[in-house]
Amino acid sequence: MKARMARTRTRYALLAAFAIGAAVSAGQAHAVTPQEILPDKALEHRAREISGGLRCLVCQNQSIDDSDAPLAHDLRVLVRERLTAGDSDQQVRDFIVARYGEFVLLKPPFSAETLLLWFMPLIAMLAAAGILWTSFRPRDAAVPSSAPDLSAEERAALDTLMSDDDTKKS
Amino acid sequence: MIIEFGHFALILALLVAVAQMIVPAWGAHMRDERLMAFGAPAAVAQVALVLIAFLSLMYAYVTSDFSVANVAANSHSSKPLIYRISGVWGNHEGSMVLWVLILAIFGAAVALFGRNLPASLKANVLSVQSSIAVAFLLFILLTSNPFERLDPAPFDGRGLNPILQDPALAFHPPFLYMGYVGFSLAFSFAIAALIEGRTDAAWARWVRPWTLLAWMCLTIGIAMGSWWAYYELGWGGWWFWDPVENASFMPWLAGTALLHSALVMEKREALKVWTILLAILTFSLSLMGTFLVRSGVLSSVHAFAVDPERGVFVLAIMVLFTGGGLALFALRARDLAQGGVFSPISREGSLVLNNVLLTIACVTVLVGTLYPLALESLTGAKISVGAPYFNMTFVPLMIPLLLALPFGPLMAWKRADIAAALERLVAAGLLSIVVFVAAFAVTERGPWLAPFGFAIGVWVMAGALSETAFRIKLGSVPLNESVRRLTNLPRSAFGTMLAHFGVGLMVCGIVGTTGYKSEEILLMRPGETKEIAGYALTFRGAAPSKGPNYTETIGAFDVTRNGAPVTHLEPSKRLYDAPPQPTSEAGIYAAWTGDLYAVLGDQQPDGAFAVRFYFHPLVRCIWIGTLIMFLGGAISLSDRRLRVGAPRRAGRAPVAVPAE
Repeated sequence: MKARMARTRTRYALLAAFAIGAAVSAGQAHAVTPQEILPDKALEHRAREISGGLRCLVCQNQSIDDSDAPLAHDLRVLVRERLTAGDSDQQVRDFIVARYGEFVLLKPPFSAETLLLWFMPLIAMLAAAGILWTSFRPRDAAVPSSAPDLSAEERAALDTLMSDDDTKKS
Repeated sequence: MIIEFGHFALILALLVAVAQMIVPAWGAHMRDERLMAFGAPAAVAQVALVLIAFLSLMYAYVTSDFSVANVAANSHSSKPLIYRISGVWGNHEGSMVLWVLILAIFGAAVALFGRNLPASLKANVLSVQSSIAVAFLLFILLTSNPFERLDPAPFDGRGLNPILQDPALAFHPPFLYMGYVGFSLAFSFAIAALIEGRTDAAWARWVRPWTLLAWMCLTIGIAMGSWWAYYELGWGGWWFWDPVENASFMPWLAGTALLHSALVMEKREALKVWTILLAILTFSLSLMGTFLVRSGVLSSVHAFAVDPERGVFVLAIMVLFTGGGLALFALRARDLAQGGVFSPISREGSLVLNNVLLTIACVTVLVGTLYPLALESLTGAKISVGAPYFNMTFVPLMIPLLLALPFGPLMAWKRADIAAALERLVAAGLLSIVVFVAAFAVTERGPWLAPFGFAIGVWVMAGALSETAFRIKLGSVPLNESVRRLTNLPRSAFGTMLAHFGVGLMVCGIVGTTGYKSEEILLMRPGETKEIAGYALTFRGAAPSKGPNYTETIGAFDVTRNGAPVTHLEPSKRLYDAPPQPTSEAGIYAAWTGDLYAVLGDQQPDGAFAVRFYFHPLVRCIWIGTLIMFLGGAISLSDRRLRVGAPRRAGRAPVAVPAE
């Protein structure tokens, strides 16, 4: 695994720029090779679309379409084999997930575990809307609420005054 | 000997930093002028000592002193001089010394240029700034010491990763760090304001130029990294939503928001509490970026658990400063008087919208980056959050931001007339509709969203120009009057216009290359020709060659268009000597319409070469756009009202920018 990683050209190099040093390596970028390409253009296009969403498991956050790791090559060939055999895009993805787990999907599936992930932008938006609502509104509401509340006795006194008023009128 | 001298200087710097952390703050608390005045000379001494340490390390690299463990592990005697120099920060230990050096430089800048700052504010700022230095100096000396010696010294070093031996990447980390660390000043000012329990327009006037400088450096630093990835990694990708990239992008998003909210605070004394919070959060995100990159937590949660020493230390620093900052904020924010009431439809309102959208975008990137880590450590489940997630969530958030962007500078403070602003943007709107229709008509293929993208980019660019045209009353007064008005415009107005224009140009570049790139992957023999995007590339063969510390195979391609020669491309495959590692150097021809990009692959047993051609339309606009944003920032910074350390005339209100 480690040796494979060392051979893999990865964008992990950017991390290296920050200073991981010689531990990671990078280099040749070939990814899809001419031999892998399917003669059927439509099928090849689908293969590219699918492999752009599949993670190269030995790389750092890189799709198998971008990676030239041997494993990525194997997966690309596998995707093309399944497509040639007549699988639909989803069937190909399911086939790969069944073998390698959901970790292989760069776009995480919608599930209980990823609920928060997918709803986060919406939650953040609602929170922002709520904060804006409360911070723009109270400026108008602030004046009445700034008047001190009546105490219990004052309220009772007011009530009697009001009711007195009512009885006098009636 | 020089190495020990540097080591000693770094230890002294720590002692000075400890004193600088305690004495001025104590002086501010006791209202003792002399104790407060200790901060400035201490900050200067600190930067001098860290600089000595840094230069000593650089000396070891330049002279290839392999008795220093750090040099032996990361350098090689055959490396060209520039990469021996950049090798200093091309590794963990050295880059942390650079981090602290930049931190100390910013601290010293406050000491030197901050003569007109209130003494207690200056003292508190220097103390807070120095507390960050103490944390990171301890981190270096205890866990990541670059001055450790080897005995016996190896005959030669292990070398720098070859793909890092590149001019753009040599200067990528210093710019990035100037951005990251530059936000420390905003943090220190925010904490000082909270300690003092008050803040005013002068505070924002001080914070804004420093934030702007940090933002500029971060912008150019990220752009350099992206440009490097584009030409060095060999298929023309320029952004990957990699956690490492996100780590630098989050402070950029927050910093951009901070830049805009500080504007409101300076001009209108509104959004004080929010600006302070944002200053704390922006630097916290910088610290988090440092943690993510330094701790190894990104490659795997387990890698972090196996060698946790450094990671835990940086995590502790991050928790201390973020948690401490936020706790202080929670305690003291109420004391900050709220100012400036404004209607939602106003310049302030538009800047609030900017802040809201940038913050939500930042939260989205943050959650996407940390979710896999959190999920794995909580449940053990491993998921990947890659580019598709970010494209689906981040991009839609940018659309309203970009649509609203041209309105912002056209709005008046306090209460604005949106219909009037719309009227001034009619020309920009029409132009973007024309572009939309043209893009739709001209491109028979490509995603249907791309023409919308172009229209938005043009809308932002034309909107920025419209705002300036309106300010100089172009067309409604005689031309020479407009020219006179143009020359009298404050530089910050130019800066705003340029920065916004740059954003639009960048959007066009992103849309162009994402939507319309084409590629050809094939086997070629000498003499064969392949067409792509109207260019014909003829393979002339490949020949071996020798560089200073590598051997390479150079492929030769003649490029013609409609039979006329255009250029000659020479992509190569390199094998570096130390460490022995292959890289590929793309051959790139930059035309106005886009980049022709050729990569040489492996030779097949039958003699043919695997080659890859790409055409990336408008891709240069991405970096030209960021460069224009950088220039906009620089011009704005040169405005005398913003100039760092420009004397503030006491008792006079800031000269308001004419909003209309």
